[in-house]
Amino acid sequence: MEEDFRKGEGRPQLLDLIPNERDWMVKDVGGGGKCFGVSEEKKLELRLGLPGGEDWPAVKEKREEHSIQSALSLGHYSKVSKTICTNPSPVGAKRGFLDTVESKTEVFQQQQPGFLQLQAKGKELSQKTNGRAEQQSLEKKACGSPAAHGSAAAPCGDGAGANNSSQTRTAPTPVVGWPPIRSFRRNLASISKPSLESQNGGPETAVKFENGRKGLFVKINMDGIPIGRKVDLKAYDSYEKLSLAVGELFQGLLAAQRDPLTAGTQKNAEQKQAITGLLDGSGEYTLVYEDDEGDRMLVGDVPWDMFVSTAKRLRVLKSSELSASSLGAVSRKRTAT
Amino acid sequence: MSEDEEDERGGGEGKRWSPDLIGGREGGSGGADPPPLSDQVLENVLENVLQFLDSRRDRNAASLVCRSWCRAEAQTRRDLFIGNCYAVSPARAVERFRRVRALVLKGKPRFADFSLVPPRWGAGFYPWLAALVPAYPWLERLCLKRMFVSDDDLSLLAKSFPSFRDLTLICCEGFGTAGLAAIAEHCRHLRVLDLIENDVEEEMVDWVSRFSTTSLESLVFDCVGCAVNLDALEALVARSPSLRRLRVNQHISVGHLRRLMARAPQLTHLGTGSFGDGGGGGGEVEVADLRAAFAASMSLECLSGFRDLASEYLPAIYPVCANLTSLNLSFADITAEQLRPVIIRCHNLQTFWVLDTVGDEGLLAVAATCKDLRELRVFPLDASEDSEGSVSDVGLVAISQGCRNLRSILYFCQRMTNAAVATMSENCQELFVFRLCIMGRHRPDHLTREPMDEGFGAIVMNCKKLTRLAVSGLLTDKAFGYIGKYGKLLRTLSVAFAGNSDLALRYVLEGCPKLQKLEIRDSPFGDAGLLSGIHHYYNMRFLWMNSCKLSIRGCKEVARRLPHLVVEVIRDKLEEDDVEAVEKLYMYRSLAGRRDDAPPFVEIL
Repeated sequence: MEEDFRKGEGRPQLLDLIPNERDWMVKDVGGGGKCFGVSEEKKLELRLGLPGGEDWPAVKEKREEHSIQSALSLGHYSKVSKTICTNPSPVGAKRGFLDTVESKTEVFQQQQPGFLQLQAKGKELSQKTNGRAEQQSLEKKACGSPAAHGSAAAPCGDGAGANNSSQTRTAPTPVVGWPPIRSFRRNLASISKPSLESQNGGPETAVKFENGRKGLFVKINMDGIPIGRKVDLKAYDSYEKLSLAVGELFQGLLAAQRDPLTAGTQKNAEQKQAITGLLDGSGEYTLVYEDDEGDRMLVGDVPWDMFVSTAKRLRVLKSSELSASSLGAVSRKRTAT
Repeated sequence: MSEDEEDERGGGEGKRWSPDLIGGREGGSGGADPPPLSDQVLENVLENVLQFLDSRRDRNAASLVCRSWCRAEAQTRRDLFIGNCYAVSPARAVERFRRVRALVLKGKPRFADFSLVPPRWGAGFYPWLAALVPAYPWLERLCLKRMFVSDDDLSLLAKSFPSFRDLTLICCEGFGTAGLAAIAEHCRHLRVLDLIENDVEEEMVDWVSRFSTTSLESLVFDCVGCAVNLDALEALVARSPSLRRLRVNQHISVGHLRRLMARAPQLTHLGTGSFGDGGGGGGEVEVADLRAAFAASMSLECLSGFRDLASEYLPAIYPVCANLTSLNLSFADITAEQLRPVIIRCHNLQTFWVLDTVGDEGLLAVAATCKDLRELRVFPLDASEDSEGSVSDVGLVAISQGCRNLRSILYFCQRMTNAAVATMSENCQELFVFRLCIMGRHRPDHLTREPMDEGFGAIVMNCKKLTRLAVSGLLTDKAFGYIGKYGKLLRTLSVAFAGNSDLALRYVLEGCPKLQKLEIRDSPFGDAGLLSGIHHYYNMRFLWMNSCKLSIRGCKEVARRLPHLVVEVIRDKLEEDDVEAVEKLYMYRSLAGRRDDAPPFVEIL
């Protein structure tokens, strides 16, 4: 298995850190109804122990012997980020990790001491994840990437990459070909259907369009902000307008996050920093998008119309994270900050 | 489409495969010795009798009786089914079966649909085509699944077989509208052109206006991504009195649809395209007008499409609901409220495909009305692991209580319980196919937190007719113990992110005598598990394993001990990081030996 972890190392890539899709799905902390959601909410406090003992009867007996190792690996992954809660990231993710770790250690016991293996895995896994993340986006359509060890490496994707939306991350990095849905059935969700909501006075609040054409709403997330927004790409006709709109969308949220006590009060209006330079790399943030092939692309290269027709999601990344030259460096940098 | 559905109707594979038995299977050497005169008479009589035998299982059995029967059967086999295009060489197949009129050919393993097989892996149609052209000049029907078919292939096909009637392409790739144009133009007696879930190149060729046939019965092109010439389509429909099945792509708006329906009120199967206003083409349509169009098409039994549904048009289908046996709403993002008035009218529904946006509530409505439901597929709107998941164990239980006749289910969800699965196993005794996909990996029962072992155990134990199973969720070796113990009729098994050790694989390989197709991903099975199936691999069509714990040593051992097995190790990257580990393994029995078209990333051991 280890060879796959090493594969990711030699791949300096531009958009490597955020394990793509998994990160985009930022969920409301308060939103229940997800699989992991219910147990998630209880687990927001920092814990070095194993997540929720009561949730794991299946692995209870092994928990004690692995608790030290797990604590260490959790510690390794606890992200120090701008976010308020440093949660030993998604229980769900760790669950997967623990599960596979436990299953793997059963077999590996003969070969390596489980403890050391976990120690070693920690670093490798985080590097692996980053490697896999961009492999994921690059190779999504074509062959299978080392999604092989998605089960083991995936949760680390969360660890390494979920620093933007820690408490709401629920699941590991996506794996090639999972869930097993053929490609033409994917991305049905990214094109929202306002016309459905506006029909026949449905109970949902309707979003009407004056000209009757359906808008093209795509999700947009921003690094450091757990709650995403949606923008209607059809409401703009140029990159500049989109960039302005995106800046405005997140300004308030960003300010609120930085200084929760004073957000929204009048005297801070002038202190709100405009989010600029999204398109040319000059600002603190850069705008990227995910196209219909699942690849992460810089916004602004193709003609506007082509962009609108192929963009499935948007993301506002920190510009500093775009220029990481090696994965190892990045993951270390992340834990250092 | 799949063999499980075929099998229900009594067809299907299932012959014992033994490389030592001459003439015992599709590639046998049929015409080796000329028979003595009296036997010749007998053979003629036999041929006259055997020509009535349809089922390929029966035919395979008959061909095993003796050489004479084998020859007679080979002469009278009209429908040839090749489940794995690499299992036998084209030359051998055409040499044995001289009078084939219809051919079904399958290529890549199913996991290719999920991007697990690298492009250019193989399954090219050309080698077969080259053999078919001289051998079967009277070829009428062809069905290809997961093969690589180029435009040139289609062109050659169209020009080589004057009696060619039916072309069905499922999950294929490599061709585009230019190839379709060739088929349309040169197949003057074309009756069926069914393009199902293919990856079609958009070459901007107006293929629809090239049709030269007047006996078109079925035209399915919902997978073709580019727009078609609407006038030409309408003209084609108008001059095809035998047309019964028409499934258009999403570029057809309701306006266009209405015109088409007016031309073909005799349709039995309709794919509605967008069922929305779609880009303003065709003009605005009143719901009442659309409804009138449906009211005039009372032969309709099967509706699909709804690719870009404007839900105000949904009530237009009410007039035909009572006659529907099949309804595919799996591209329509609708709620339970929107579904209810439709489904409540569909008493005779047997097949229903839907998106999980209808939720458990929507499924309750289905269960309340569709008492004769045989096949249900619930697809996820958002196919990612942490999506909301609007259907759950509640919906599954409701379906099991209302639809006791259920034969086949494919269910994507985020939350499931053992109790619900067990309830379904008790209520739906007719189940042949049970495919449950809990999208989050390694998810346990969401109420008890236990693995899903008991639920799947109940399925294999109680559903005595089960032939196809796909498992998911948190599973230990115990689940596989159940499968091995009770899954005696199981032919296809799909495993992902499950099991603890090689024991699991061993249970299955030792316990399921009828196992034909085994596909496994991301599960901790290694060489020991692989080797435990040595006794059985010649009876299987294929084994696929990716991201497990296999090593080259184990695979080589299998290859050494089973010379008629082709063992392919597929490497996505050609780096020699770790020569030991095997990332992707695909092995299948074959009379043709190692294939000569293997790309560089495939190593055949």
